[in-house]
Amino acid sequence: MSVETARPSVLGRAGRFLRDHPTVTLILLLLALVALLQVLRPGIVNERWIGNTVKFAIPLAMLAACQTLTMLTGGIDLSAGTVATISAFVVATQAPLVGTGPALLIALFPAIILGLLNGFGVGICRVHPLIMTLGTGLIGIGCLQVYQRSVIATGSVVPPILEWLGTGRTGGLPNALVLFLPFAALILWAQGRSGFGRLLYALGANEDAARLSGVRAWQVYLALYALSGLIAGLAGLVYVGLIKAPSLSLAEPLLLPSVAAAVIGGTSIFGGRGGYAGTIVGALILTVLGTLLTLLQMPEGARRILFGLIILFVTTAYLRLTDQG
Amino acid sequence: MPMTQAEAGLPALDAQGVSKRFGAVVALRDAALTVRRGEVVALMGANGAGKSTFVKILTGALRRDGGDVRIRGQDTHLASPAGARAAGLIPVYQEPSLIRDLDVADNLRLGRTPADPFLHWVRELGIPDLRLDDRAGDLPLATLRVLDLARALAAEPDVLMLDEMTAALPTDLVERVLRVVRGQADGGRAVIYISHRFAEIAQICDRATVLRDGATVGDLPIEPGVEDRVVELMLGAALTPAAARDGGPRAMTGEPRLHVRGLSSGARLADVSFDLHRGEVLGVVALEGQGQDELFEVLAGQRRASGGTIEIEGRPQRFRHPADAIAAGLSFVPGDRADALLMVRSVRENIALPILAPLRRWGAIPMRTEGARVASAIERLQIDTRAQGEVRRLSGGNQQKVTIGRWVAGEVRTLLLFDPTRGIDVRTKRQIYGLVRDLADQGASILYYTSELPEIPQACDRVVVIFNGRVVEILDVAEATEERLMRAAYGLTSPEGRRAVAGAGRA
Repeated sequence: MSVETARPSVLGRAGRFLRDHPTVTLILLLLALVALLQVLRPGIVNERWIGNTVKFAIPLAMLAACQTLTMLTGGIDLSAGTVATISAFVVATQAPLVGTGPALLIALFPAIILGLLNGFGVGICRVHPLIMTLGTGLIGIGCLQVYQRSVIATGSVVPPILEWLGTGRTGGLPNALVLFLPFAALILWAQGRSGFGRLLYALGANEDAARLSGVRAWQVYLALYALSGLIAGLAGLVYVGLIKAPSLSLAEPLLLPSVAAAVIGGTSIFGGRGGYAGTIVGALILTVLGTLLTLLQMPEGARRILFGLIILFVTTAYLRLTDQG
Repeated sequence: MPMTQAEAGLPALDAQGVSKRFGAVVALRDAALTVRRGEVVALMGANGAGKSTFVKILTGALRRDGGDVRIRGQDTHLASPAGARAAGLIPVYQEPSLIRDLDVADNLRLGRTPADPFLHWVRELGIPDLRLDDRAGDLPLATLRVLDLARALAAEPDVLMLDEMTAALPTDLVERVLRVVRGQADGGRAVIYISHRFAEIAQICDRATVLRDGATVGDLPIEPGVEDRVVELMLGAALTPAAARDGGPRAMTGEPRLHVRGLSSGARLADVSFDLHRGEVLGVVALEGQGQDELFEVLAGQRRASGGTIEIEGRPQRFRHPADAIAAGLSFVPGDRADALLMVRSVRENIALPILAPLRRWGAIPMRTEGARVASAIERLQIDTRAQGEVRRLSGGNQQKVTIGRWVAGEVRTLLLFDPTRGIDVRTKRQIYGLVRDLADQGASILYYTSELPEIPQACDRVVVIFNGRVVEILDVAEATEERLMRAAYGLTSPEGRRAVAGAGRA
């Protein structure tokens, strides 16, 4: 009896390992899902499939970066889906008018404006991020509808460079990695090794303590939400290259999965804990899970139910094991 | 309330041998209090004497481990605040109890307080223009406290318990309140009056019951000169001369680093002036709620001053944000560690936080410099780093070291320590005194509030005593015996100090 209590339980030890190496454990889960897929449909896992999975995971992982960064401060960015859609729609409608280069710049402009608006609301007016970003998301989509009327005659073209980026491959690898690898490296570096990144964790862990240490929170929030808007805009550009059909609801289906990817990846919605590495794996897990459920040829309803249950299960198991309750 | 003849002769409240422990800590050993009809009894005790625990037990907020509490002679369990009310004991606490988002009328309905007697008492207490549809949150603090008292009076309690009833009240209201409270006793009720203010106690109380170290050590009738007896009882036999540390206080010359004049803020901080020199540790002594919290918050940029000036090295300062105070060289360690720490982050991140706060430091962190800085702070404070991944896993003492280490890692000029040794072990306390002395020897200035008097000779060069939002005494540590500090903290001071108290407009 005493021997049993003295030795940490299997669950306890697994928990400690998870705590120390959360990303490793998520990668194990990802590999398990891939193995399951291979068992169900032998031969499906090949280079081409991997390339496709990565291709679809990248826009999701980018939108999930918005959620991860804002969640580190205890916030969230529910306008990210709308912002991505706006950038995608604007680039496709402006490209025929002003050319690809200027269109890309014009497309990112509203993304940053909406981001700044979020930052203003959250950081200066102290509106809860959930409400603020929900509101700006609605405003953004309304503006887009107005904008759509004004450009209805011009038609839309997805610039070839975005198609190359979103869909193309080079030597079997998706071209989107050209953008995504430096992007991910930058975020991973910033979260741990830049003053800005540290302040995100500090605000999420204890905003009062950060204030007492001299942090002017509004500056951080303003920069954070503007950055989040920019990232969402970029994600929209990559995504429209992948889907090739801009619409007013283009990136909306990615919004909630982007939150789920960050949560599965171990970022606490209460702030202060987590990071982007887990989120990337979380986005891959969600993409593979999507394939798996499609392959099982379930009806759409059942697929969604299962998807929701799996997200709940993974998240609670993770929180339990890492003692974040 | 009608009473039987048998009840008439018994004390309204009689508590004997009450004890309570929290884990290994004994909060009360043998507390006793007797209040008869027609009496106002003062309940007194220094910080940590067990007064709040005793009050919580009497009002049903905590359960006692042992002892008897009899109300009108009947053994009472006092299982809940509602139970205590039903038994006829009604408390008025320091924190206003009205719900801020409801208007006064709804608050009355919620507490089943009859409106007519309530309004009668409100007028009696000196607030003629109260409207029942005022939202409680819109009323000033002083009014809210008076409304709490009126609400308690309207319920016609057998025993009225008032906790620092006159704190935050202007002078005219204080006079009214004292008169009404005395009138309650004269009308046959029993009143327990918890206060630090001897002047008020002398004015309205019949007896004073004194607690020390969880036990009742005295029950004295109020008569001229009783103050000295009470202070003696609160201090106990431990009136040994302070064991001063090596080397006396140094002579303070030249321009002070921190020059504070006439500082006021809110209802509690009225008029505080002092100088803090280079290389000096200036102790601050005050009973709870005398304005010391506000003083430190103003100096830290957490709260705005409503009057007075702060000069640092001769330059006037106005702080709008803690960042301004930090830029001016004032570093604040708050009393509650939970306010200062990122509990789920590492020791390193906690210590490095202030360095990264300014906008110009948002870029790449010089990891090696930071590592060396943090390591030297850890070394200097002897922080136990076995659990440095998350600060919440550290012991209280080590957490406190982290909050101080944060400022020691940089170049500290003026350190504001608010009760830095609260709730930590003796060894760590010693280390903190040592660190404070070291920092001062290297030229830092330190303002050191402590709720424990014996710390003063160990850490400080001079002491300011604050009472009722004003400085009542400034002493060199050599003259600062515990007795003298305690007397000053209760507003019983030397002639100059007494003038300062009189200046506050109190009787």
